[in-house]
Amino acid sequence: MAHDHLPGPRTTVRMRINGEEKTVRVAPMRRLLDVLREDVGLKGTKEGCGEGECGACTVLLDGEPVCSCLVAALQCEGREVRTVEGLESHGVLHPVQEAFLQHGGAQCGICTPGMVVTAAWLVDKGLPPGGIREGIAGNICRCTGYGAIVDSVEDAIVRCQRKAGGCAQEGSEGGAA
Amino acid sequence: MNIARPVAARAHVGHSRPRPDADAKVRGTAPYVDDLPFEGLHGATIRTPIARGRVTGLRFGDLSDLGADWSEFAVVTAQDIPRRSAKDGVDPNLVALIERDQPFLVRDAFEHMHEPVALIAHPSLEVVRAAAERVEVVVEALPARLDFRTAGEDAVFKTITVRRDAGEDADAFAAELAACAVRVEGVYETQAQEQCYIEPNGMIARVVCDPDDLPSPERPSVPTWPSKPFRVEVEGSLQCPYYVHKALCSLFALPEDGVRVAATLAGGGFGGKEDYPSILAGHAGLLALKTRRPVKMIYDRAEDMVATTKRHPSQSRIVTGHDADGRLRCVQIDCRMDGGAYVTLTPVVLSRGVIHAVGPYEVPHVRITAQAVHTNTPPHGAFRGFGAPQTVFAFERHMDRVATELGLDPAELRRRNLVVRGGTLAVSQTIEEPIALEAWLDEALDAFDWRGRRARAEAFNHEAQVSGVARRRGVGLATFMHGAGFTGSGEDYLASKVKVRATAEGQLEICTAQTEIGQGSIAVFSQIAADTMGLQLADVAVARPDTDQVPNSGPTVASRTSMVVGHLVARASEDLLGRLERAGLLGEADARPEGEALGEDVVVGERPSAMVQGRGWSYRPEALRRALAAAAASGDAEIAEGWAQYERPPGGAWDDTVYKGVAYGTYAWANYLAEVEVDGLTGEVKVLDFLASQEIGRVLNPLLAHGQIEGGVVQAIGWALLEDCVWKDGHLTNGNMTNYVVPTAADVPPIQVRFQESPYAYGPWGAKGIGELPMDGPAPALLNAIAHATGIDLCALPASPERIVAAQLAAEEAR
Repeated sequence: MAHDHLPGPRTTVRMRINGEEKTVRVAPMRRLLDVLREDVGLKGTKEGCGEGECGACTVLLDGEPVCSCLVAALQCEGREVRTVEGLESHGVLHPVQEAFLQHGGAQCGICTPGMVVTAAWLVDKGLPPGGIREGIAGNICRCTGYGAIVDSVEDAIVRCQRKAGGCAQEGSEGGAA
Repeated sequence: MNIARPVAARAHVGHSRPRPDADAKVRGTAPYVDDLPFEGLHGATIRTPIARGRVTGLRFGDLSDLGADWSEFAVVTAQDIPRRSAKDGVDPNLVALIERDQPFLVRDAFEHMHEPVALIAHPSLEVVRAAAERVEVVVEALPARLDFRTAGEDAVFKTITVRRDAGEDADAFAAELAACAVRVEGVYETQAQEQCYIEPNGMIARVVCDPDDLPSPERPSVPTWPSKPFRVEVEGSLQCPYYVHKALCSLFALPEDGVRVAATLAGGGFGGKEDYPSILAGHAGLLALKTRRPVKMIYDRAEDMVATTKRHPSQSRIVTGHDADGRLRCVQIDCRMDGGAYVTLTPVVLSRGVIHAVGPYEVPHVRITAQAVHTNTPPHGAFRGFGAPQTVFAFERHMDRVATELGLDPAELRRRNLVVRGGTLAVSQTIEEPIALEAWLDEALDAFDWRGRRARAEAFNHEAQVSGVARRRGVGLATFMHGAGFTGSGEDYLASKVKVRATAEGQLEICTAQTEIGQGSIAVFSQIAADTMGLQLADVAVARPDTDQVPNSGPTVASRTSMVVGHLVARASEDLLGRLERAGLLGEADARPEGEALGEDVVVGERPSAMVQGRGWSYRPEALRRALAAAAASGDAEIAEGWAQYERPPGGAWDDTVYKGVAYGTYAWANYLAEVEVDGLTGEVKVLDFLASQEIGRVLNPLLAHGQIEGGVVQAIGWALLEDCVWKDGHLTNGNMTNYVVPTAADVPPIQVRFQESPYAYGPWGAKGIGELPMDGPAPALLNAIAHATGIDLCALPASPERIVAAQLAAEEAR
């Protein structure tokens, strides 16, 4: 059930969220963020700014990180969405999440869901030329000063290299691979 | 009875224990206020459209295209708040904080833009937000005062003076100053800074009232104020449950047990959720009272940025007089801070700024006059550092200008002026604790290779100049301290209380009003209690801060949580241990065998503090668990609960009337060093390296302590180089995260963090407060480095590319 109450047309959108088929009937321009939080009930994805600057609402759309506050529901038809809830597999944390625990990557925790989603993508897809700091520059953290997050991502890369085939298949079957 | 062989030890304190709240945070399951299950109405706020004037009416626009009608909405204005329902006769519409001058809702006259005028509620968030934009606040404009620097004396609402020796008398001070070999003057300015926690303010309110006061089919509308006793309950993102509690008791004219305030996990605070949540809780509570339904109010980023508090802008005029060798003889500081439209916390911010204004230096003659000024901008409020970053920036920037004037190495100038044990700070506080500021300075300088780096930067600049490259490098330093806990007699007034209690499972539950805002209070309290009681971390839990469940241990501010409240946690734990012993639940039979090895990580023989023995390690852990379970089963609070209340450590007092005495029980001392590269073409500053070295008494949890310092440094790098609030006619024009730029990971280097430990006798295992410290030093260290790199003597923040290029052009023109 969609929670948007403003008048106007509705459209049916089918997508795979963390490996599960979901169908919602919503305003076409409803934000993916609201679909996830309000219509599907996945509250892990956070709204920090609503304009694509802070990255707290980062999810993977067909394996690529997007700010879900800037993605309209209608853009998601037939696509794969992976949220923070989809990183762990049967209660076992993704190596990125494990690394965040060990290195103090989470402080207040509000940026953490978006940050670990971005970090999981970096671990899977490889670092940009500017390295980890450039890779996570779309996610603002106001608590850590980033040092512990960089340490966490570095460690997660090592953890994944130790695993044959990397971490791309970690988590739900609707993963980034 | 007491056990014969008291064993004090620590297995957890001093180690990097993971925070218990982290697991849910990395999974995305940690609930913040907007994530809680909620059925009810959504609220929105109607605000003033200009900086100053009178509200003459509200116009409710057409909603038909929203498919809505105003009859579906609840609307609350100041008319809903009786003028004199408060017991003390004060208008309950005025927020209870320091001065009661700020209304929850504008009655008539207003003092700043975006001031709340009316509240509306509706079942749909989308509809209520869209409808709020259809309400026009009709106003009559009045002239506004927008520049605190040029405001007349009539705008000053708080003045603080500090006088030392000849500073007591203007003429005598002038004579001393005139006799100095060297005099240096300067004016230093700092801008407002937005806390920019990533979770905006949010609150949920519920009202519990008699069935007679509920609407019914026969009586669909009820008066706002119930006829029978009622209760207001709020939960939300906040730092100070009992501040909100006090504000709501006053607003709703309710007794203490008529209001319940519970904190959710906060997605950052930094001071921004110190006083403002009282207003938001009042708003949500008013809507809930009017509708008798739960009401949720979550600000979006734009509303949070334009309407809530920021760091006070400041201007400091400094004149110092020195001996020929650079030793400080006279300091005169005239400082102004922009308080904004209402008093809020400004007098205390000004006070902390004043006390830190001369830094860790010994100066015989001091004359400080500080003023807080009223302007028609939203009130400035608490932000990490609380006045100190402003004055520390001014003085540390000034010290480098003095060094240049004297041709001295900036570090050497500081070394010659550092206070020593037995020496006296500007506020006439004699430092009784063992300190070694010179050694700590040297350690930091050596760790950064200060001399080598300065020389290499100068060589780089020479080479660049010869080869026509526009980049310049420089190395800068700031030396400073930060007092932990409330200022002066503030902790006496707070008289904080902490409770610990035994649970049926044989665990210890810690009950404080401290909220987890990311700083790690849950982890650190658990470590302190576990080591005081001799328990494992798994046997210790921290209760949710809920005024129905926890005592008033004061606000989560002022770097006081670990040091002041953590010490109370240790004392309360030991109090409970004594109760278990006296009740016969622990005895000699439960003692650890003499000479038993306690484990590799365990440090034996360190007492938690001068007031706490920490003898819990005398007992076997299973005996402790059994005793706790038995105490809980007894149902007797005298056995099952341990309590502690703040007691002032021995030593001198603080005299508020003359601003002299023990301003803080202890200080953390620090030296921060920065190396920068300035691009002469673009004015861009790149921070190449940064070292933060500080003495903090005892590092309770190295991982968390590093996080606090690194996070504070980066927030301060943002203030120094990037973050600026742009105001136009009292409106923040960059009230969004697109135009208000905070540092990303790519903007800052790894921060080197070093700790020295000189334990404080009245902090848990010697710990001092560290939360605010890292905010003070980076700005002056960076601007000093920029000056070293370029010769540009910037005295105003932020050191933006525009400012640097303008200063370069001005310098070229002057040549």
